[in-house]
Amino acid sequence: MKAGALVVLSIVAAAALSGPVSAVEPDEILADPVLEARARDISRNLRCLVCQNQSIDDSNADLARDLRILVRDRLVAGESNDQVIAFIAARYGDFVLLRPPFKPTTWLLWLGPGIVFVLGAMATFVWFRRRAGDPEPPPLSDAEERALGALLDDDGRG
Amino acid sequence: MVNIRPAVVIPAIVFLAITAVFGLYLYQIGSGQKNISDLPSALIDEQVPEFTLPPIEGMAGGLTAADLRGGVALVNVWASWCPPCRVEHPILMRLAREGVAVYGINFKDKPEDAKAFLARFGNPYRKIGADRSGRAAIEWGVYGYPETFIVDRGGRIRYRHIGPIMPRDLETTITPILNRLAK
Repeated sequence: MKAGALVVLSIVAAAALSGPVSAVEPDEILADPVLEARARDISRNLRCLVCQNQSIDDSNADLARDLRILVRDRLVAGESNDQVIAFIAARYGDFVLLRPPFKPTTWLLWLGPGIVFVLGAMATFVWFRRRAGDPEPPPLSDAEERALGALLDDDGRG
Repeated sequence: MVNIRPAVVIPAIVFLAITAVFGLYLYQIGSGQKNISDLPSALIDEQVPEFTLPPIEGMAGGLTAADLRGGVALVNVWASWCPPCRVEHPILMRLAREGVAVYGINFKDKPEDAKAFLARFGNPYRKIGADRSGRAAIEWGVYGYPETFIVDRGGRIRYRHIGPIMPRDLETTITPILNRLAK
């Protein structure tokens, strides 16, 4: 049993310690490490439209590979990160950006959670203030007091 | 008698409104009217991208942006290895027979395969550009095949259809748009 546990632990450790996985193939990697790092950075923020929930850095789709190569070609040609991203966004739309831009059409997307949180906090605050303002229950009459005392004493003995 | 406080009613109304919208979307997706992974083209109302594509090796033609100006045009991105392209092909043949100007961008295809496809299933395209690298398709913002664009006579992209053109698409969108632009 101990040997088995050790094997499992080693596998888990190996998996946890291995580097982040990407779909970049060896023939895509640029010779210049600075450009390659920029390419990886840009790729991680571009959505692969075939799967739509992966970046082009992670996706094995054909289109992802084409776009990865396109990004590298344009970086080698001397474009800045913003220019490369703008080129792709102009053709594929803002949805290709994994970090949506902050414009009027996306204000609700960016500010929505904050607004909902504030509304919730306000509602909670108002609710607690109303609770505090609830009138005290009327005091017990003598007969009810004695009945309550009898019940409580009963419990104590039982 | 429960006090109807606005703090309770307003979230309830918001919840019902969101439920109604989601319910509508679910219905549309379920009945096939909407596909959530279809994206609107970023090029709608823009001029067709400037491009020059050679013909398929062994055929005459080739396709450039200039070919798409001067009349209403349908640009179909296709490949012989793409099964849905085979499925929509008869509809393209029909459109061509009816006089629609159909142009093709042959995407990442070997010339022999493309020619065999056209020989077997017919050639609806007035001109075909061979995009062997896929770069021209990227200029058009293509991400799924087949895709079909409708270009007006001023050379502006007016509509993009993702996936094969099914008979229902022809009825509900393609034909109405073509008719509208032809006026």
